[in-house]
Amino acid sequence: MSGLVARLPRGERALAWLGILGGIAAFWVTLPPLHVREPVVPILIGLVATGLGIGALRGGARRLAWGALTIAILGIGLGYLATRSSVTHLDEVVVWSALIAATLRHATPLAFAAMGGIFSERSGVANIGLEGMMLAGAFFGILGADKLGSWLLGLACAAVAGGGFALVYAFFAIHLRADQIVGGTAINFLALGLTGYLFIDIYGSDGTPANVPGVPDVHLGFLEDWYFVGPVLGRLNLMIWLAFLTIVATWVVLFKTPVGLRIRAVGEHPRAADTVGISVYATRYGAVTLSGILAALGGAYLSIGFVNSFNQNMTVGRGFIALAAVIFGNWMPWGAAAATLLFGFSTALALRLPAYSESAAVLFQALPYVLTLIAVAGLIGRSTPPRAVGRSYEKQ
Amino acid sequence: MSEPPARSSTPPGDDYPTSVASRLALWQRAGGLVVPLLTTILAFLVGGLVVLVTTGKSPLTTYRAIFEGSGLNWFLELGAHELRLPFTETHVPIPWQTNDLESLAAANLQQTFITWVPLVLTGLAVAFAFRCGMFNIGGQGQYLAGAIMAVWVGSELPGLPGVLHVVAAVLAGALTGAAWAGIAGLLKAVAGTHEVISTIMLNWIAVWVGVFLFGLGGPLQNDAQPFVPVSNDILEESRLSVFWGDALLQGLHVGVFVAIGALVVYWITLNRTAFGYGVRAVGFSPEAARYGGIPVARNYFLAMAISGLFAGLAGAIDIVGWQHRLNTNDIRISSLGFVGIAVALLGRNTAVGIALSALLFSALVVGTSTRNLDAEIFRPELASNLTLLIQGLVVLFVGADVLILYLLSLRRRVRRGSVAGRRK
Repeated sequence: MSGLVARLPRGERALAWLGILGGIAAFWVTLPPLHVREPVVPILIGLVATGLGIGALRGGARRLAWGALTIAILGIGLGYLATRSSVTHLDEVVVWSALIAATLRHATPLAFAAMGGIFSERSGVANIGLEGMMLAGAFFGILGADKLGSWLLGLACAAVAGGGFALVYAFFAIHLRADQIVGGTAINFLALGLTGYLFIDIYGSDGTPANVPGVPDVHLGFLEDWYFVGPVLGRLNLMIWLAFLTIVATWVVLFKTPVGLRIRAVGEHPRAADTVGISVYATRYGAVTLSGILAALGGAYLSIGFVNSFNQNMTVGRGFIALAAVIFGNWMPWGAAAATLLFGFSTALALRLPAYSESAAVLFQALPYVLTLIAVAGLIGRSTPPRAVGRSYEKQ
Repeated sequence: MSEPPARSSTPPGDDYPTSVASRLALWQRAGGLVVPLLTTILAFLVGGLVVLVTTGKSPLTTYRAIFEGSGLNWFLELGAHELRLPFTETHVPIPWQTNDLESLAAANLQQTFITWVPLVLTGLAVAFAFRCGMFNIGGQGQYLAGAIMAVWVGSELPGLPGVLHVVAAVLAGALTGAAWAGIAGLLKAVAGTHEVISTIMLNWIAVWVGVFLFGLGGPLQNDAQPFVPVSNDILEESRLSVFWGDALLQGLHVGVFVAIGALVVYWITLNRTAFGYGVRAVGFSPEAARYGGIPVARNYFLAMAISGLFAGLAGAIDIVGWQHRLNTNDIRISSLGFVGIAVALLGRNTAVGIALSALLFSALVVGTSTRNLDAEIFRPELASNLTLLIQGLVVLFVGADVLILYLLSLRRRVRRGSVAGRRK
């Protein structure tokens, strides 16, 4: 615990973080349940946050300070808008418990795929094919659950399918030294074609049956009556809890075990890793296969945990959002997990905003991509990919 | 045993190549034809296997139906048509029927060529960036950006005379595509951002901007039908004229010549201009190019913008040529920009290769469409996924030319071994 306290930000960084929190607070007070209707209040809070940001800027924490300033100004603007809008609309859109539960639901498939992406990229293999592996998981997950009559076997099928696609990709990217972006693109095409083909061939125009065994929800009876926590955490799908576990496990494996050290070494400097006796190929094969399995589990959550059906191309770019989360999170498990939460929140909000404006809500869907673009442009923080990512390794 | 003097200077045992450069040239020429051919055949073989295993139908019959659906059999009809010379009894063969409506093959072929146009252009987009050492995976977004702008210019701006309106729409679309890709090029040149990541993000931003603009309540949504998520139709005078087939039945528009022109421009720019030389130099080795005084960052930006220009042109021509409107569903599911990747890879980034591989893929796409494939023989819904599968296999195998080059070199080693044996 003392280690955690020691790692808290200090000085100007602390100022910047306070500024960020202040910016959020400026918006938050105008929303339910507080419902501040005076525009002066968010403006004042926002101005304080701006001051903190400026202070941090003069202190030298430039990137963080710019982030704080942006959020403070956004907070003032959004807070002002919220005080102008009607209370009924606000109540309709901002139901915190429902919003947070929806955020978790939308973030879960992203989190699985993002953790997969981290393993693969950390080992030095860029994985554009996450989207395809997710799609494969979604289809084979529901196929397995339907034909074998159990969601557990469905998940197993999904893992095998995703791992299979990943193995094919790994063989081409690692052994045949094919361009990793080309290989990943191929995997996306293949998965789209194969799942679409088999879906039509097996289920035809009727679609998947309605009574496919799905992944069960976890009922936490003792939580149900708790204020706020109950509605959020009381009835989450098992896969959401598994996603939490996966994130923790990813962090532990990558940063606290020898295996993780090997994976990172191979991704940073494969020649050096090879010299000390680490098998570059074996490590990369393992990491890529694991990434396929994880991405497929995320896809399977979509088909048998979330909507209980399958459609052609049902992942519609979630694999790419997961990739965006990996980059936005700077190839760190916690960062990527936070990014998936942010992106999940923007989706959840986009689905509720139509109360205001149907068309503007759509724009929220672009938020993950815009944020990631800003992040890779180096405007907020520096993104530092693993050094050897994207480069094939030739044994000597 | 007389040896040419050039060979005798090479060390013994390494008898085949005269120099590294000439070997590379030969290798590329052989690989340039053999690899794509092998790749395609392999992909079709696997696709046929899938057909056989899953449906039990003959792959040959299926491929034949797709072939006929694409209208490529029209070329087999060549020579079957004759025209009587006036005032004589002499009949001369002409390449097309005088009455196109009668030929199903002609109507199908027109569709294939309509799809060929954007595939050539998106293929060129990917290829141009490739030549500069970049992977433009954002052809889809640039295509959409071009299409969106072309719809806007084509449906608004009344009062422009006909030809000007078309030109304005197409130019605006192409430039929007260039600007969209230019963002990625600029980020690469200034901040060193990897273009794959930025173009993927730009793809999806373009999709959602399009859905926002033309979706219900969006600013450019149809004025007459408030409950249909579609754009306004572009004005009559801002449409390309149809020169083959019936305009009402989606005949072939003159955009085909734009695509052919773009192929020529691509070839000339890369192979006959100083700028193209610089682009290729950066593609081979940015460090060497920088050492040689070539402005690397500027070339990254320009190559990316030109790449986007091609893709934007594709979107604009599709709009003024045959689509005339954009609906949000098309925006979400269209994938022509991605097929452009397969086109460029299979065509080995050369103008001729792109023209041919675009024909292959447009024939596949059109031949498996619901409208063209005989449902009695094979279900189009299945077949269109078969197309995706074949595309994926092609991209996978092309990417792994190491595999095929390895096989080739194995063969060469065997041959060389036998030659050496004979010499003894």
